Amino acid sequence: MKLTQGTFSYLPDLTDEQIAKQVQYALDNNWPISIEYTDDPHPRNAYWEMYGLPMFDLKDAVAVMADVRKAIAEHPDEYVKVNAYDARRGRQTTALSFIVHRPAYEPGFRLERTTDKDRQIKYRIHSYAADKPQGERYK
Amino acid sequence: MEQAAAPNLDLTEAYRASNVGPILDKLDRELVGLAPVKTRIREIAHLLLIDKLRASVGLANEPPPLHMSFTGHPGTGKTTVAMRMAEVLHRLGYIRKGHLVVATRDDLVGQYIGHTAPKTRDVLKRAMGGVLFIDEAYYLYKPENERDYGGEAIEILLQVMENQREDLVVIFAGYKDRMDTFFTSNPGLSSRVANHIDFPDYTHDELLAIAQLMLDHLNYELTPDGKIAFSEYIDLRMKQPHFANGRSVRNAIDRARLRQATRLFERGGTVTPAELKAIDASDFRRSRVFASGEQS
Repeated sequence: MKLTQGTFSYLPDLTDEQIAKQVQYALDNNWPISIEYTDDPHPRNAYWEMYGLPMFDLKDAVAVMADVRKAIAEHPDEYVKVNAYDARRGRQTTALSFIVHRPAYEPGFRLERTTDKDRQIKYRIHSYAADKPQGERYK
Repeated sequence: MEQAAAPNLDLTEAYRASNVGPILDKLDRELVGLAPVKTRIREIAHLLLIDKLRASVGLANEPPPLHMSFTGHPGTGKTTVAMRMAEVLHRLGYIRKGHLVVATRDDLVGQYIGHTAPKTRDVLKRAMGGVLFIDEAYYLYKPENERDYGGEAIEILLQVMENQREDLVVIFAGYKDRMDTFFTSNPGLSSRVANHIDFPDYTHDELLAIAQLMLDHLNYELTPDGKIAFSEYIDLRMKQPHFANGRSVRNAIDRARLRQATRLFERGGTVTPAELKAIDASDFRRSRVFASGEQS
């Protein structure tokens, strides 16, 4: 099951060239870039690990791409994403966020239904990969 | 293959299309003197343009070496020329963004083991697609201290200068004699810096012309007496230590503006627009430079 989170996630995986163009678009808009990775991509997991510090004052995508490649090489069995933060007053939020790398095999999620009080149905999403301890997932 | 059929290229047209002309003209207009520098910049621009044309008809050649060294005393316009150079390189398509990142030793060299590499890389990252201007570059290399981390910064610089030539251009700047020692003690660096440009000191008349440009820009005018006083001021200031060419002129004008404002206030009453514009001899004469016998 292909994980669909963030921008472009319903498209085929982006090539390096396409990633560089998106990064350049973000930089042209003065959005600082940060790189994050995780092996727990639950939709409610907003806290991925930071790869290095956010990169401020950059002008050219080449600088970011070097780090993107390094992050992927160091975390081949995890998800890696690129975030662009719009710091403008009034916005101050992630303006663009897309996955640049995913593990080779993605087992996906299981939907669990439990009967709650008064026979209400509660839904729960459970990642198959997360059954294993951190660092051993997606291998 | 199409080019082979139409081998004639219009040089004038290519020059016009590159939009480099206006920048070079601006350089001529805004910078007084510096004739050798302007000639060199023009020569480099021509070479780059010809190289582009050669590449377009398939004449194989190596990308021209672009890293530069600007030597000269303080205030001779090194940073300003570097900014124009960045624009020229950008218009000719040799760098993608055309911005200038100014760095000194403090920005590149760390304070403890392992601190230098990330610091240098960070600056290099910011300069990607543009020009990295390293002011007083010789401070990077301190032979008297073998535990200095400057060497590490130089190594990383060298690596990027060699491997990512299409991504950024590095300009080293500083005093001539010290830069020469710096380059002799770092042969690897010296061989990768192709263009050495020396910035001559300004003459007395050139400094006056610079002052005139600055005053025009600020909407001030020298009175006839003021002109004489300023000319004498320059003569005296040039003989004093720490004379910084264009920068000293700027400072002198800034202080004269201050004295003019005080003079008008002390007099009180009404002022005419002409008086607001005029800088008088007394605004210069009260400077420390005129106080005989006293240095500094």
